[in-house]
Amino acid sequence: MMPTPIETASAGVLGLLFIVVLAGIFHRNQRLLLPVCFSLASAASLLTAVAGGWAVGQGLTEQVVMLIGLPDLPFHLRLDPLSGFFLTVIGLLAFFVSVYSIGYVKGFLGKRSVTSLVIFYCLFLAGMFMVVLSDDALIFLISWEVMAAASYFLVVFEDEQVENRRAAFLYMVVAHVGAIAILLSFGVLAGLATGFGSFSGYTFDAMRSARFPVEWATAAFLLSFFGFAAKAGVVPLHVWLPEAHPVAPSNISALMSGVMLKTAIYGIIRITFDLIRFFPWWWGAIVLILGLVSAVMGVLYALMQHDLKRLLAYHSVENIGIILIGIGLAMIFTAFKLPLLAALALTAGIYHTLNHAMFKGLLFMGAGAVLHATHERNMEEMGGLIHLMPWTAVLFLVGCISISALPPFNGFVSEWLTFQAFLLSPSLPSPLLKLLIPMGAALLALTGALAAACFVKAFGVTFLGHWRGHHTPHVREAGWMMRLGMGMAALTCLLLGIFPTLVIGWMDTVSEQLVGTGLGTSAGTLGWMWLTPVAYERASYSGPIVFFGILSVVVAAYLLLHVRPGAIHRVPIWDCGFQKINQRMQYNATSFSMPIRRIFGFLFHVREQVRLSPQTPHPAFPRRIHYYLRVRDRFWGWLYRPVIEASFWISRKVGRLQQGRIQAYLIYSFITIIILLVFVR
Amino acid sequence: MNLTIAANINSFLAALVLLTAFGMLVQRRMYGLIHLFAWQGLFLSVSTAIVGFVAGKHHLYISSLLTLSLKVVLLPYILHVLIYRLRIQKEVDTVVNVPLTMLIGIALVIFSYHLTAPVRELSTLVTRSTLAVALATVMIGLLMMITRRHAVTQIIGFLAMENGLFFAATSATYGMPLVVELGVALDILIAAFIFGIFFFHIHTTFDSLDVEKMARLKESD
Amino acid sequence: MNIYPLLIEMVQVLILLSVAPAFVGWVRVLKCWSQGRSSAGIFQPYRDLSKLFSKDVVLAENASWIFRFTPYLVFGTAVLAGGIIPILSTDLPLAATADIIVLVALFAIARFFTALAGMDIGTAFGGMGSSREMTIASLAEPAMLMAIFTMSLASRSTSLSQMAQAVLSGQPVLRPSVAFALLAFILIALAETGRIPVDNPATHLELTMIHEAMILEYSGRHLALIEWASMMKLFLFSALGIAAFAPWGISQSDDLLPVFAAFLFMAVKLGVAGVCLVLIETGLAKMRLFRLTEFLGSAFLLATLGMLSYFILE
Repeated sequence: MMPTPIETASAGVLGLLFIVVLAGIFHRNQRLLLPVCFSLASAASLLTAVAGGWAVGQGLTEQVVMLIGLPDLPFHLRLDPLSGFFLTVIGLLAFFVSVYSIGYVKGFLGKRSVTSLVIFYCLFLAGMFMVVLSDDALIFLISWEVMAAASYFLVVFEDEQVENRRAAFLYMVVAHVGAIAILLSFGVLAGLATGFGSFSGYTFDAMRSARFPVEWATAAFLLSFFGFAAKAGVVPLHVWLPEAHPVAPSNISALMSGVMLKTAIYGIIRITFDLIRFFPWWWGAIVLILGLVSAVMGVLYALMQHDLKRLLAYHSVENIGIILIGIGLAMIFTAFKLPLLAALALTAGIYHTLNHAMFKGLLFMGAGAVLHATHERNMEEMGGLIHLMPWTAVLFLVGCISISALPPFNGFVSEWLTFQAFLLSPSLPSPLLKLLIPMGAALLALTGALAAACFVKAFGVTFLGHWRGHHTPHVREAGWMMRLGMGMAALTCLLLGIFPTLVIGWMDTVSEQLVGTGLGTSAGTLGWMWLTPVAYERASYSGPIVFFGILSVVVAAYLLLHVRPGAIHRVPIWDCGFQKINQRMQYNATSFSMPIRRIFGFLFHVREQVRLSPQTPHPAFPRRIHYYLRVRDRFWGWLYRPVIEASFWISRKVGRLQQGRIQAYLIYSFITIIILLVFVR
Repeated sequence: MNLTIAANINSFLAALVLLTAFGMLVQRRMYGLIHLFAWQGLFLSVSTAIVGFVAGKHHLYISSLLTLSLKVVLLPYILHVLIYRLRIQKEVDTVVNVPLTMLIGIALVIFSYHLTAPVRELSTLVTRSTLAVALATVMIGLLMMITRRHAVTQIIGFLAMENGLFFAATSATYGMPLVVELGVALDILIAAFIFGIFFFHIHTTFDSLDVEKMARLKESD
Repeated sequence: MNIYPLLIEMVQVLILLSVAPAFVGWVRVLKCWSQGRSSAGIFQPYRDLSKLFSKDVVLAENASWIFRFTPYLVFGTAVLAGGIIPILSTDLPLAATADIIVLVALFAIARFFTALAGMDIGTAFGGMGSSREMTIASLAEPAMLMAIFTMSLASRSTSLSQMAQAVLSGQPVLRPSVAFALLAFILIALAETGRIPVDNPATHLELTMIHEAMILEYSGRHLALIEWASMMKLFLFSALGIAAFAPWGISQSDDLLPVFAAFLFMAVKLGVAGVCLVLIETGLAKMRLFRLTEFLGSAFLLATLGMLSYFILE
């Protein structure tokens, strides 16, 4: 008998849970534990990804009621195109990262036990898969918590540093505030679905068949959006993200940035398009505006960073913003009953979800390789690594090009689709929206260009030029397994960029499920070579021709110019004849972003000081210059400090209840009982 | 000249009026500002003449001529003389930086488009679509008065506002009655003279035309 | 399968390769005349290129493959773009490869690699050029997109061939939105091609150069390729503007006569474009780097006004 997709996916999840047990058994033999567990994890992830891809390709929907669960409240699982798509995204990246981890985690051997890392790694993956598969509020929240808790332990893996513990704590707080909001939102939906007396409203099926009054639906949407936005790192709820992602081991950062944030995107899509279904257009406007703010602020903050992993973490904020732009547009188009445009915008959004998972995973893996080799996160101390780590440099460059939305790689396709969705906004009936939405397109263009600037900086400062650090580096190229993991991710980035028509044809069932129509027929009007989102007269893009066209001209020019055996003379740097050039004269991360810091400085809290050393005889000839720069998030002061202070204030007040005498506590209990008896009776 | 071509030319002129309004908003040179103001007057007067021709209202020719003589020739000349005589500094000081002012200006245009949407639905005139531009011109004039520091630039902002009102009148109702227009024109002229006299006084009192210095006039600190 | 479109495609790429230096030569000649100098003639760029091609390459010790690959890539994107923009005919087999947004992105990838190459050697000038170039590009991008948006409103397409056909087949009307978009496009094109007032292609004064700073370490055939590509870029931006705003004369069929006529029209229009460019460049001074926010802000403003006036006035 052929297994069905949902059975395959469940087998993958069970496999991961089996590895947890296995890791306990192999605890004594760490050297064996690593390759066995991570290769099994990669196989399980690949299996789940295949199951997801299968469900999407066939457009299947399967439901299973599990025998376990609370009394009378069994768990429900469901695999439909939407969850299948996210399974594929998570599974594919998990596969690459697991392969990479075989090499990467070796670095910890001999320093600390990696058993806990393996166990929580598998639980984390299983939690993410289950979030996407679950079909009732109960198991959704349980899986959500498993995912959050496992990732917390992964963030504090290197717990000897205070910084790591603080970051993990902040992450935990934000994750739980968000989880409470999601719980409340499900409560509202479940209550309205079948009435507050019954418990059977907790299944997603019951919510799907209910019709919600608009004000309650709005409350549920806002609550869940708040919760999911906190998880996804949408501005202004993003502060935990650049703290927590950099301190985790790099393979974990890759998973957290690449796919954990996507579960929140999944949640938003599931709640709005699948469970509530009918919504006013301004919900979409909220999502769109927050998406735009996240995109622009994320990339600007990223430009100010000189810590490689922090920079990448801020780019996750940006890319989540871009995904939300697509989803927000899709919501607006759906509310105005324009299904084709909604399908275009939604496809753009979820295509970017897939793309971001791939290139962000790749970039974090690359950053991990750099970190592994140099033991340095600060870009100001790096440089010239392209000569020492040629493979990592090429693969990291692929990630940089993809994330900067440059053709023919994948990031460009999804941003291009988003632009096309923007360009079709004039068909909206509301005149005000017609004028305002194009501004969003301009902001998205700004984001894309700034991202390119940021990755010129990231790649240029890290891999090009001379080594900037003080100590001489003993840098070695990353191991084969790490290169293999990154290489597969890089290849996926290229393929997703060159064959978008095929990918869109594959994932068409998702938009058919959610907005009622797909792009499949219109996207491939001219054949698989050309992507024509709506109509070929409107716009078209051919990834293969761009890629092979540039390639053939480059090769032709190279061959033509090498007919003459032209000598290449290697000489010292010319630099306009300047003789005493040294590595401290190079542009570094701070100086590269100086013009942008000056132009957009009003968005940050910038403190900049230049001080001459006191024994300087004349200001024109300083002995030594001290330069001090601090760029801070304004949101911290505006939004978080008041909350922190308020909670401390409340804790102090509540703390007065604590008397330390047993009689006082007994009085509290007694009063509580009396009050309950009076009111409940 | 048929109606659609006239409407077409008129909307082109409206676009130019809007462009000059934004030009004044971002212009940093005093003389440039005055020239832009003169251009705006010119576009306005041509537009008025075209509306007059299309609608067959001949008194609009008179207002057109009035605009031409007053706003394109006389007022710019007076301002030129003023700047020359008072030896006013040629750079314009701004309170808010220029890119931000532009963005606010764009927001104002969208806002006025939203505001005039009901009128556009009701009106049947060929010029109805320019009403939003007229309103936007008024608002941008006011914005200019807010964001500029110098008294002369504030005057130009004020005059630009009046241009907008005049444009609104022609585009919404094919112009006000001639008597009203003559009165307004006279008012503007007299206002300009009074402003001129005031400038001399302010200049001699404060030795500057920076309006922020006038904050000293308030009674208590 | 009709062979003519393919042939026209090849002719167009050949024209791009051969006419671009002459166009730059024409601009230089005009500039010399307008400044009262005697010129080196319209064919000087060809002589420069052939000289560079015949020289050996002098390469810094620590140059990586990125530094050597960049010239070929920059050249490749320019040639590919030349196959997409309708210079002679709107009926090109490659026209569907890319719409105008992809074209802009093609130039962006060339810029990305040029900026990386600037940082590769590790000199102060290279990094400075890269930093400035990327800053200017990121400010120009929103304006460019807004201009594209405005242009696509009237023609309901972002594909250049379709845009040109929409203008050719439509009634000639005075559209304020198109006029605004044209103005915005001119400002952006000045920034993208590195002309005065944004960048000065003739300067080698250390602190004012932007594009030149990035390619300072190049020599021999690498430099030749980059120079040729930047000439093509100027040519392509002119051709892009012509196709989007004044496509009259571009052939809509594959017949020989209209295509030949299109070549003559192109020559005339490029000549005029050169005159306009020289008027702008002699009339304006190079701007301070931080004044460029206002310059590119104005471009954004114009493009936005175009979009607004389309909805309000048309």
